[in-house]
Amino acid sequence: MFVKIKDMIVTLILKLAAVLVVGILVWFLYMVLAQGLPVLNKEFLLGMPKEMEEGGGIGPELFNTFYILVLSLIFTIPVGIGAGIYLAEYAKDNIITRMIRLSIETLASVPSIVFGLFGMVIFVIKFKFGFSILGGALTLSIVNLPVVVSVTETALREVPQTYKEASLALGTTKWQTIMSIMLPTAFHKIINGIKLAVGRAIGESAVLIFTAGTSISRNYPEFNPLSSGETLSVHLWYVKSIGLVPDAERIAAGSSAVLIILVLVINVFMNFYEKRLRLKFLGVK
Amino acid sequence: MEQSARYVVRRKERTSIVNSIVDNSMKYLLLLCALLTVFIVASIIVYVSKNGINVFKEITVEGFFTSDYWSPDEGEFGILAFWRGTLILTLLAITIGGALGVLCAIYMSKFAPKKIREVMKFAIDIFVGIPSVVYGFIGLTVIVPLIREVFPDSTGFGFLPAAIILSIMILPTVISISEASISSVDKSYEEASYALGATKVQTVFSVVLPSALPGIITAIILAMARALGETMAVQMVIGNTPQVVNSLLEPTITLTTGIVMDMGSCEFGSTWSNALFMMATVLLMVSILLILIIRLIQRRQVS
Repeated sequence: MFVKIKDMIVTLILKLAAVLVVGILVWFLYMVLAQGLPVLNKEFLLGMPKEMEEGGGIGPELFNTFYILVLSLIFTIPVGIGAGIYLAEYAKDNIITRMIRLSIETLASVPSIVFGLFGMVIFVIKFKFGFSILGGALTLSIVNLPVVVSVTETALREVPQTYKEASLALGTTKWQTIMSIMLPTAFHKIINGIKLAVGRAIGESAVLIFTAGTSISRNYPEFNPLSSGETLSVHLWYVKSIGLVPDAERIAAGSSAVLIILVLVINVFMNFYEKRLRLKFLGVK
Repeated sequence: MEQSARYVVRRKERTSIVNSIVDNSMKYLLLLCALLTVFIVASIIVYVSKNGINVFKEITVEGFFTSDYWSPDEGEFGILAFWRGTLILTLLAITIGGALGVLCAIYMSKFAPKKIREVMKFAIDIFVGIPSVVYGFIGLTVIVPLIREVFPDSTGFGFLPAAIILSIMILPTVISISEASISSVDKSYEEASYALGATKVQTVFSVVLPSALPGIITAIILAMARALGETMAVQMVIGNTPQVVNSLLEPTITLTTGIVMDMGSCEFGSTWSNALFMMATVLLMVSILLILIIRLIQRRQVS
């Protein structure tokens, strides 16, 4: 009897913890959207920000966010997937491989602000880029490397060995097998790593404050990668902690809502894409 | 006829040579990608600590770490309040977020029906994607005013709001890694326990969890690394005053927020800037230490 009651109580506590976690998320999303959705309109999303008066928009910041995202992925995806393939297919158990693994784990846990300072020393000061979109994008691509590498490695290791053997038995080289059999089969899992990288690129701010800067170019849209490029996340932080705009509350609320909506859209879209890929390459749902 | 056959053979030979060249060179290109990560980590350590160590040309090591007086204008750089802030905040966040996260992971992996587990997995995906600044924004507009209402003599800034926000932020790390480790425990252990007449709760707590413990500890340590590195959300709610406090409701500071607050106002290469780089070096060393601890745990588990 006592055991049964204890069982029930413990199960209840576990259930409550789960409900609490999901509850916090729902409450959180509600708080952000309730404050931010009423702010959103065309002028806010596309308009220029203002330094001193009310009514500024977030157009250039939104543009910079996507620009930096794309530039950083151009570097992260090939290098990350390349390193992942090496670890899954070529790496022998030796000191070099161990160094590589330790580096990736370290890279994954370095605080963003440390990446920010590193990017500042290298790109802003040493390479003389100044606060720039390019410097921000390159630093961000380093931040995102470890997640793409480890997701790629795990995904490739989970491809059935028989696929690989069948392909090699047909006389293909190892590289051909990787490109035409391994990668396509594993790609729906690699997508998850890219999803995380995209999310981090959109939300990251500590990395970008001292590399991409907190100001925007006079031109809009500005494609010059050497101009300074404040992103939406940085802008949200800036208006809320340093800036002098009188309607900081409104801009911060609107920006938060935009960021959350981007996160939701990316997640839903990527999950959908992942399912389609799985259907295409594996024929199962 | 013969000639064209020879041509085909020669062409085949040529493609196979090309293929083997491609095959070999790709191997080295991929190795280069992987080695790039080693190069990056080494440069981060070198460049951040090189600037940091310069601070000891003007400040003694002991004074830097044990003095609580931080006043760059007077040339005083004591970071006691900063590292103490980081330490206390990390422990608070780990206690709240770690406990809640592990309980949630146990429910997810052993008690939840499949549908609910799917929903929770999606929820955690969303959690991971929420930017730090949005957490900070909610802290600033919802939690700080709430604390001010409950404790009218406080400003609302300090360890308490920062700990609440951070505990939420580390939840996905704790939950996803613990859940994976609990789910991967060999099913036969569980069956043996049921066969002995144990209840579900008894089985989970005395058979499954002890086997999953190394994974759960790894989850907690990674969450610690995340908590001590978090910058923007904490900066928005902690008050940013370099003072040693003994209350959860007084404004204070941490290593990361100190760097963000001051880096914009000091000149690169000055003692002030070097002091900030030294703070970053401390953060870097602690996170490397945490990774090494995780490796030690995993090696023990294997042997």
